[in-house]
Amino acid sequence: MTLPETSQMVAGRSKGARARGRAAIVARFLVVIVTTYLGLLAVTFFIGRVIPIDPVLAVLGDRAPAHVVERVREEMGLNLPLYQQFFRYLGDALQGNFGTSVLTTNPVMTDIRRVLPATVELATLGTLIGSLIGVPLGVLAAVKRGSLIDQAVRIVGLIGYSVPIFWLALLSLLLFYAQLRWVAFPGRIDVVYEYTFTPRTGLFLLDSLWQGQWDVFRDVFRHIILPASLLGYVSLAYISRMTRNFMLNELSQEYIVAARAKGLSETRIIWFHALRNAAVPLVTVIALSYASLLEGSVLTETVFAWPGIGLYITNSLQNADMNAVLGGTIVIGSIFIAINILSDILYRTLDPRTRAR
Amino acid sequence: MHTFGTTMRRLTAGAAIALIMTAAAPAYAATPADTLVQAWAIDDIISMDPGEAFELSTAEITANTYSLLVRLDLADTSKVKGDLAESWTVSDDGLTYTFKLKPGMTFASGNPITAEDVAWSIERVIKMDKSPAFILTQFGLNGENVTEKAKAVDPTTFSFTVDKAYAPSFVLNCLTATVGSVVDKKLVLEHVAPVTVSAESKYDNDFGNAWLKTNFAGSGPFKLREWRANEVVVLERNDTYFGEKPKLARVIYRHLKESSGQRLALENGDVDIARNIEPNDLDAISGNADLKLDSAPKGTVYFISQNQKNPNLAKPEVIEAFKYLVDYDAIGSTLIKGVGEVHQTFLPKGVLGELDAKPYKLDVAKAKELLAKAGLPDGFTVTMDVRSIQPITGIAESFQQTAAQAGIKIDIIPGDGKQTLTKFRARTHDIYIGQWGQDYFDPNSNAETFTINYDNSDEGKNKTLAWRNAWDVPKALTEEAKAALTEKDSEKRAAMYRDIQQKFLETSPFTMIYQQTEVAGVRKDVQNFKLGPSFDTTFLGGVTKE
Repeated sequence: MTLPETSQMVAGRSKGARARGRAAIVARFLVVIVTTYLGLLAVTFFIGRVIPIDPVLAVLGDRAPAHVVERVREEMGLNLPLYQQFFRYLGDALQGNFGTSVLTTNPVMTDIRRVLPATVELATLGTLIGSLIGVPLGVLAAVKRGSLIDQAVRIVGLIGYSVPIFWLALLSLLLFYAQLRWVAFPGRIDVVYEYTFTPRTGLFLLDSLWQGQWDVFRDVFRHIILPASLLGYVSLAYISRMTRNFMLNELSQEYIVAARAKGLSETRIIWFHALRNAAVPLVTVIALSYASLLEGSVLTETVFAWPGIGLYITNSLQNADMNAVLGGTIVIGSIFIAINILSDILYRTLDPRTRAR
Repeated sequence: MHTFGTTMRRLTAGAAIALIMTAAAPAYAATPADTLVQAWAIDDIISMDPGEAFELSTAEITANTYSLLVRLDLADTSKVKGDLAESWTVSDDGLTYTFKLKPGMTFASGNPITAEDVAWSIERVIKMDKSPAFILTQFGLNGENVTEKAKAVDPTTFSFTVDKAYAPSFVLNCLTATVGSVVDKKLVLEHVAPVTVSAESKYDNDFGNAWLKTNFAGSGPFKLREWRANEVVVLERNDTYFGEKPKLARVIYRHLKESSGQRLALENGDVDIARNIEPNDLDAISGNADLKLDSAPKGTVYFISQNQKNPNLAKPEVIEAFKYLVDYDAIGSTLIKGVGEVHQTFLPKGVLGELDAKPYKLDVAKAKELLAKAGLPDGFTVTMDVRSIQPITGIAESFQQTAAQAGIKIDIIPGDGKQTLTKFRARTHDIYIGQWGQDYFDPNSNAETFTINYDNSDEGKNKTLAWRNAWDVPKALTEEAKAALTEKDSEKRAAMYRDIQQKFLETSPFTMIYQQTEVAGVRKDVQNFKLGPSFDTTFLGGVTKE
């Protein structure tokens, strides 16, 4: 979802017209958001009803007597016609009431506040690793195009997006945990620290640093480093590839030739001139890759028993816990929309051509 | 180009240092000596309220955190022994049970345990009417009469009145179920939530159900410190426990679903006990000098269930033929090796009245003969709903092959557990491989679900397994199962159940396959860990680590 391109239209018009133009942008934007959300609600609702699982089963288990099953079915409104159920669901959702998760017995929003930081922490670290290594690798591959290094980067990238991540995850667990014991057992934190450490923000690395608990920090680090590196590797594969393309494009431009003629150092040309221009589309690439990690990398979270939002929604879906699925989907949808807007804004800041005068 | 290379070298060096830092961190892989860490798939938990909890993992957790009037006697599981109760008597008419409580006991909160707490615990179960409430309502208790039927005579005397002169073993066995747990009345009353009285809810409060779902009000050897769904359950020693105090300070259940992951954690010493070990990981554990295995037969039986709505499956000869088409030997020696034992009757081993009969074995010729008699010499085609989980899929494939030899073509419809179960419960399956765990440790639990079906219409109120299979159970069999309930002589009662199972074996559209064996991988330093015959009899109070 990209904001409408309006700079040319707006330029050179009267103040009133410009204001009206802005209002139109905002209105269009709102319409997009509202329809996106409505679509999200409708899709999750109907998926929830189409799934051939009796939602009462998730609430009660298999052994509940028939009269209890009937009572709960009525309480959940499952005896109502489908359209009435949908309106009920819509009404609750509009009031910000996503109900209670039947799996955890907590309000869905409480659960999400707990699981989201776990995913944010993992995705942020993953993206950091991916871009801090991916961008230089991409630059290197572009600068030494056709060289052995370029081929190596290409192979690394190919493996990154063609090998299934759960397989890589299992193999790396076998190697780094079971054999070498460099990293800790799946999970976020060791049971030893479970009761001496009280997280504030839910981002354990920051929390433990903030509280000066170095042993906790090290333990958390030993837990997060492997899954974060794997996610980082996958985004690295994509980011380095894109960086290489963007850089190749920039390096063939005339201003590079001009800069060289001026006698600028190669480092300056590559890192300050070419990369500066390649950075504009690169921001969108990194933002999108970050957003996709935030969605919750279900497979990685499963293998590493990472209590994040991907695992939460998957568990809920398998148990027909539709309140939790809806809440989670809306939150992820919002994050996606927010990151898109953010990368649009960044894009405008970085590229003066897209800015309205 | 030169300077660019320098930058890259610096970057690589930085990355290398980061890697070395990770590697240099010391390998920590032993759980604390006073803490027992178990890996277990605990995603079945939906509530920690003993008046509502009805799952396998909660059975074990509440057994270690709550006290009951009486408990199963592990030395002889056809008997019970006192827990809170010091002694009990049954009135001559067989209707009133009077329990005398042990003196001077307190809850973890410090409140004294009185007969008043026992009475209120039962009252709230009946009035809340959650899934397991039927275990107590079957004695004629309801919202109106419960305060009269279950009452405190004095602070240490509790009386319980039933509506018929049942076999005392039946009544006492039911009281050993989780639903009979005694909760701290004073503490729970501080946390009740108001409810608007309406057609659906007759009472003005929730009896503390919302609070107790995630909190604790018991008096067992351990207290529940925390439950985080799909993550962890933490128990701590209850220092006010009236019995022998546990040696461990803490028990942690970590949610881990996969057998392979559990095995890895066990081998590396990150967990002390792994509870969901599958056959292919068993050999590795038994071959490891640091590990040992513990196993116990459990009250869960597995069966092939033939829906009687399907006219072919309803033919008596076809019902019988199915029992000859299962390759019991192959299944027993490979697919369920270590996790189950071939079992052809509906009462699991260890329960009063068990019948150790295995009259059937794979006999395709015999099955063909029976099919021919049924007018189906060329067999027929039929579907089978199969959960995508081992050993169920393996058994399904084995049965598919052997049935094909007799001309029965089975189309397997794979599905998720809840999905296939939804079909079975709606009676829209043809064949389903099901499992059933006892609701409480008494023969009536399985006898009722397998042999009672009063109304075989789709609207039937008692949705027992017999109903789900649309099996119109012969009257005589149902009558006998009912009669066994009021047989006071335990020996005679056991004989009746053996007779019922013999008849069931021959005529029922259930082909019983095996009884589950629970198996756990245990680290060598863990002592006195013993899986119980049921999930609510795996006690952790005596466990130590050295």
